[in-house]
Amino acid sequence: MNKYRVELMVGVFVLLTIGAILLLSLKVANQTITNQGDTYTLFAKFDNIGGLKERSAVKVGGVIIGRVASIKLDREDFTPVVELSILQEYNEFPETSSVSILTSGLLGEQYVGFQPGFTIDGIENLKDGDYLQDTKSALVLEDLIGQFLFNRGKDE
Amino acid sequence: MNAIHALGVKTISRFAAAGRAALMLFGALFAVPRVKNIPLTIKQVYVVGVQSLLIILVSGLFIGMVMALQGYTILVDYGAEASLGPMVALSLLRELGPVVTALLFAGRAGSALTAEIGLMKATEQLSSLEMMAVDPLRRVVAPRFWAGLISMPMLALLFSAIGILGGHLVGVDWLGVDSGSYWSIMQSTVDFDKDVLNGIIKSFVFATVVTWIAIFKGYDCIPTSEGISKATTETVVFSSLAVLGLDFVLTALMFGIE
Amino acid sequence: MDNLVEIDDITFSRGDRLIYDGITIGVPKGKITAVMGPSGIGKTTLLRLIGGQLLPDNGDIRFDNASIVKMSRGELYETRRRMSMLFQSGALFTDMTVFDNVAFPLREHTKLSEDIIATIVALKLQAVGLRGAASLMPSELSGGMARRAALARAIALDPDLIMFDEPFAGQDPISMGVLVKLIRELNDALNLTSVVVTHDVTEVLTIADYIYILADKRVIGQGTAQQIRESDSELVQQFLKGQADGPVPFHYPAQNIEEAMFGANP
Repeated sequence: MNKYRVELMVGVFVLLTIGAILLLSLKVANQTITNQGDTYTLFAKFDNIGGLKERSAVKVGGVIIGRVASIKLDREDFTPVVELSILQEYNEFPETSSVSILTSGLLGEQYVGFQPGFTIDGIENLKDGDYLQDTKSALVLEDLIGQFLFNRGKDE
Repeated sequence: MNAIHALGVKTISRFAAAGRAALMLFGALFAVPRVKNIPLTIKQVYVVGVQSLLIILVSGLFIGMVMALQGYTILVDYGAEASLGPMVALSLLRELGPVVTALLFAGRAGSALTAEIGLMKATEQLSSLEMMAVDPLRRVVAPRFWAGLISMPMLALLFSAIGILGGHLVGVDWLGVDSGSYWSIMQSTVDFDKDVLNGIIKSFVFATVVTWIAIFKGYDCIPTSEGISKATTETVVFSSLAVLGLDFVLTALMFGIE
Repeated sequence: MDNLVEIDDITFSRGDRLIYDGITIGVPKGKITAVMGPSGIGKTTLLRLIGGQLLPDNGDIRFDNASIVKMSRGELYETRRRMSMLFQSGALFTDMTVFDNVAFPLREHTKLSEDIIATIVALKLQAVGLRGAASLMPSELSGGMARRAALARAIALDPDLIMFDEPFAGQDPISMGVLVKLIRELNDALNLTSVVVTHDVTEVLTIADYIYILADKRVIGQGTAQQIRESDSELVQQFLKGQADGPVPFHYPAQNIEEAMFGANP
């Protein structure tokens, strides 16, 4: 009886731990976002990606539609290429859509802001493997300050 | 001259103790494992693991809650309270989970192990095992060592998990951080291999050290009431210091060089 | 006479302190041999030497003509199954019931089924009069009962040799009588060889077949109870009669008290 209880409690302990591992891997580390549904891939070239990282979010008006899958440097023109994996359920963005790298809050995470473009006849939807043409780079604070000082110098 | 002599004696006895500790561990671990020892190990997992569950869960919950409270007051000034999630999760997974669990474990289970084995020695139970042709290393030390090694990482995982839930309770339910951003920013920041797995590795290292110290101190103690009380104190002090020191080394190795 | 254990001219020291200086003791088969001596001369150490838990500096110890000193660890563990030891405190495992304590050596060393083990344990407990206490925990037993339970455990595997470490220390007269009777009866009934280490003179003289008296690192007297009583050694007589001072001095070796307190006289 007592022995049975010991084994039972150890079993509960093991189950609790498995629960904790599941919580940590699914809810906290989000191991399986890419498996949460089919995705398709889009590419975007930026001049400067700032602090964007792999697994950063891709949002439309604040709604997450995908994640940054990888960041590489184009070997020919030396600009960063960002691979975005977008959930298949959002597959009707027109070719005229644009992306920009934005920051949440003053010091927050950087993410990819996705602006759906206008739709008129003759404009096709984005397909797997397409490049987004209209991109806006991340704001780099040093560049901004530099520009500001340069402009002031011209004014005087 | 006397001081030098005393120092020499002390140094030699420390080395001898380290040697005995290594021999004990060797004898315990490399003894042929037997099926009979599995129920013994399960029983010890109950003693060192399940019985430490309450203190670990309560501490984890409160530490998560306090971190959320403190983190919120700082982050809200920068409008970055959405980063509360990753702050709580990373601190817990990388540092507080393994370290605080190891410290609590040393106090709760380690001291009990030392006292138990020390008393077994004082009441001649270890000797009597030997005279019954049962190796006390195999019968007493090995199950306790394995149980400690298994239990502590499990406890550390539970600690981190409940801490994150505690952070959610305070940050989201009381202070009004958005629940979605608490989780989603956490998800985009926490990396399973780098953060969760490294935390587990840390915890395994701490488990080895704390359990080893606790068992050795009991096994090697002077079998009197004074000797056992000294050994129990030393277990807590030495394993706490070892955990904190090792934590620095491991952190430097894991996160220091990027 | 056939000796089960032979201790042959051993020297043993702990740290810098010499405990034994050339002791020779023979333990005849099937008899009760008593080793007596004042407290603190390492009688328990002698039993640990026989059990191979300690090794002598010099000399040899043989169990059934095999040298314990030269045995490998495996052989030693094999040999220990044929001996058992009753510790002063009983050394029952405090986390098990009396039943499990007695069953412990059977479960460790045999592959008997639980039914058979239960029967054997019941018989052994019956022999020491504790069958009714099988389900108690050691903490619920009195000192005398604990020692009897430990005795049941010690005979569980039917050993050849059983060593008693101070079996009478701290017992009330009734428990003491029970233990004396048990040791004698078990020895005869199970054809055991017993070694009793003690300083309780009267009890031992009634049951021991052969007696050794240790003092001052040596054997100072030996013989049957009758021979010991009639010994003309001052030391033996002091021990038997319990005189405070004599060849075994009352004072621990120290500086003369007058010198220590008033300074050495010129």
